[in-house]
Amino acid sequence: MFTFNYHRPDTLALALDTLTANEEAKLLAGGQTLIATLKQRLASPSDLIDLASIPGLRGIEVNGDRLVVGAMTRHADVENSTLVREALPVLAEVAALIGDPAVRNRGTIGGSIANNDPSADYPAACLGLNATIVTDQRRIEADDFFVGLFETALAADEIVLAVEFSLGGQGAYEKFPNPASRFAMAGALVWRGDGVRVAITGAGQDGVFRWTEAEEALAGDFSVAALEGLELSGDEMIGDIHGSGAYRAHLAGVMTRRAVARIVRS
Amino acid sequence: MQELSLNVNGRPVHTSVDVRMLLVQLLRDDLRLTGTHVGCDTSQCGACTVHVDGEAVKSCAVLAVQVEGCNVLTIEGVAVHEVLHPMQEAFREHHGLQCGFCTPGMILAGMDIVRRRGHQLDEHTVRAELEGNLCRCTGYHNIVKAIIAGAQAMGSPASVAAE
Repeated sequence: MFTFNYHRPDTLALALDTLTANEEAKLLAGGQTLIATLKQRLASPSDLIDLASIPGLRGIEVNGDRLVVGAMTRHADVENSTLVREALPVLAEVAALIGDPAVRNRGTIGGSIANNDPSADYPAACLGLNATIVTDQRRIEADDFFVGLFETALAADEIVLAVEFSLGGQGAYEKFPNPASRFAMAGALVWRGDGVRVAITGAGQDGVFRWTEAEEALAGDFSVAALEGLELSGDEMIGDIHGSGAYRAHLAGVMTRRAVARIVRS
Repeated sequence: MQELSLNVNGRPVHTSVDVRMLLVQLLRDDLRLTGTHVGCDTSQCGACTVHVDGEAVKSCAVLAVQVEGCNVLTIEGVAVHEVLHPMQEAFREHHGLQCGFCTPGMILAGMDIVRRRGHQLDEHTVRAELEGNLCRCTGYHNIVKAIIAGAQAMGSPASVAAE
């Protein structure tokens, strides 16, 4: 690990000041990706700003027709929240499939989406459930937030405060985890509400994406049969030692059909 | 260097650490609590599992400076004096270890399963909950039996009274 200056500000203002003053600074949330990255010397921030002591960033509440999850809320909090399980059960389902229990005791939703790993679970939840990402500066729709591989719309001096999800509709998340890392080889979040949204993670070369052809087919006829003949192109999917692009394209289709089948049955 | 104060196994620790130091390095190298093991060092295997404020975490994926003010429990703090914790006793009774390398992490993960899922556990639940702890001897069968028995013992009146 390269060395860095460690900061643990107790106000958001102080965190923003430190972030603005140090171009090469990085924010530390749960650290379940960042610390591994630092250990491998794949990142060398000048300053690490630990968000753990800033009040108000952790917690879950229902505000009107929105479920608001604070950026520092851990996966275990979401997984076990009665509020989430009642108001938006699919989100608890997604959280419960991230990593393993010890990782879920540290990892946070804000950290996960700001990192935008192409195989992470929360990006699919945010995109599939049409979430709004609330920062210290603005509100960003999920459709505009996930820009590319490990890239988001966040500015260098911007901090995620919360993620807001609309309530209503039905969702299901199906994931084929890599048995070693538990990251998604392919994961599909299907949501049926005013319209239909299908978000695929783990597969796309540019990270999470909406499978619009599937959405259109399902909007006309919400059934597994409606997806017949629809296939993603393996050329646009990740190919690595764990599986080829064609394999991931196929898996994404299977996960989507399983998610649709579960919503139809419920 | 960064000043650091925390509690480890009920004892206050005041020290000064390099900001890059991992929690597992603090425990093993500075405090000489070598019961916490480093298996993969990539937060996959769970040999380094300890409790921070009562919850299981992988101490190879946490910086020492992040646990400022926290209560850390390692395998050395699980037994009360010479009396094994019910989860440790269950591992002994059910032969829940072969080489023993994964055992400290397994026991702390097992205690965390009880915290979250209660005292009446079934095999399916324990196997699912243990996804972050690997045993290279593949001794899972007895580990699972031990955790189910340990969970029950932790809920027995004698165990509750002792705490």
